[in-house]
Amino acid sequence: MRDVAVIGVGINKWGELWEKSLRDIFVEAALLAMDDAGVDHIDSLYVGSMTPGLFVGQEHLASLLADYLGQCPIPAARVESACASGGLAVRMGWMEVAAGVSDIVMVGGVEKMLDVDGAGATFALASAADQEWECYNGVTFPGLYAMIANAYQAKHNIPFNTFRKQLAHVAVKNHANGLLNPNAQFRSKVSLEQVMNSTLIADPLRLLDCSPITDGAAAAILCPLDMAKTKFKNHPLIAIIGSGAATDTLALADREDITYLKATEVAAERAYKMAGMKPEDIDFAEVHDCFTIAEMCVTEALGFFEVGKGGEAAMAGVTARDGAKPINPSGGLKSKGHPVGATGAAQVVEIAHQLRGDADKRQLQKARVGLAQNMGGSGGSTIVHIFKAV
Amino acid sequence: MSQITARYWREIPRRYRGEAAKSTKTGKVFFPPRLVEPKNGNRQFEPTKLDYEGKLITYTVIRIAPAGFEDQGAYALGIIEMPGGARITAQIADCPIEQVKIGMKVRIEFRKIFDDGHEGIHCYGYKVVPM
Repeated sequence: MRDVAVIGVGINKWGELWEKSLRDIFVEAALLAMDDAGVDHIDSLYVGSMTPGLFVGQEHLASLLADYLGQCPIPAARVESACASGGLAVRMGWMEVAAGVSDIVMVGGVEKMLDVDGAGATFALASAADQEWECYNGVTFPGLYAMIANAYQAKHNIPFNTFRKQLAHVAVKNHANGLLNPNAQFRSKVSLEQVMNSTLIADPLRLLDCSPITDGAAAAILCPLDMAKTKFKNHPLIAIIGSGAATDTLALADREDITYLKATEVAAERAYKMAGMKPEDIDFAEVHDCFTIAEMCVTEALGFFEVGKGGEAAMAGVTARDGAKPINPSGGLKSKGHPVGATGAAQVVEIAHQLRGDADKRQLQKARVGLAQNMGGSGGSTIVHIFKAV
Repeated sequence: MSQITARYWREIPRRYRGEAAKSTKTGKVFFPPRLVEPKNGNRQFEPTKLDYEGKLITYTVIRIAPAGFEDQGAYALGIIEMPGGARITAQIADCPIEQVKIGMKVRIEFRKIFDDGHEGIHCYGYKVVPM
């Protein structure tokens, strides 16, 4: 297996991109990544997109994007694992380069979510849950994570007011980080009170506990590490030193412990093993904070904090930019936005900037090893990658 | 999207009558029925009926309802564990939402779930009510 490097990354401004189409959004980010790497040709493309069919009626996406990127007749594939589609694209591209099948591979993701109304977006997103046995009975995505949250609070016996504050701290921290990210959708500070007084969506989750609906794309260029050392010297070298993926039951009800994200634990174990690392070796992480409760549970399943203590860590500032374990320096899904298929690819973009030392005002002091965790549905799939500046 | 198709009809035995499958190896009840038992690979099941009484293990109150449920206002929704091991996700009806509590005993009842499409055809299934 060949070692794999990230030689270029690209992301555009995320948000409500009324004037841009699905293809425009992706091609913009893809060209930024190609220019960043200094390549004008790619051997292969993997694009993550959850459901362009439901959002804009467009399937056969990979060929469309290869075409508009001026790269036909390269092989191209769209991969899907709900909100983890982008992370899965990264993993597929990594495998293709590691296996020696292709040298220069683009991995990315895109979602155009605002061409449908709120009900349309809710329906499209709910397709990541069990249609027959969850959605039929009136489940929404905030509802699934809210059920995780209530079970978590009860299991760990945390007083409700304390728990509610812990959730709010995650949102406050991620918005503070996003304020420094020029590409973030919501570059606005929020206070603890604003989060705790925002509209209830699914108890105990409020509007400011939820990630937004976003148009956006992100891309990265991968190649063999040996080739990067000799041919691509634009940037400090970054290697993918660990990759892990795992699945869990699609329906939340079927999980042995509905408060624990088992697929995240397993995917992380696999990535740690490949990298020869432990949770304490990770300097910082970009994780899937689709809801504030998700970030708490994810940081526990990754082994950063004891189970039941993720909220305390957020409250104590451990996960802040200047804390011992910075989480989501980009602003996370919460502030940066969550164009579902693009999210996992955007995590790679942020980690690359941090490891290169060119993350501008968001630059972390210690950034040698970064971890990306991208999750599908209510935790039915997770992809974890570990990156290192070499 | 219309639900009144073969897709609705084929789930009637499960949604109306709680038809489930019991593993002949472990005795665990699966709802909906499966062809393979997770973890041990067992494929032998016998037909059984879902227990109709169980315990609420978590819940939420859906304030922003999905399409088809808009007129139901805020409603409680939870995960219920049955003695045989099966778990279902269902609305909690006939109970003020502030009285819903984790650990409460509930019973399955046959209820209308939503009205489908422009014609408003009733779609049925199960909800749970306090015991």
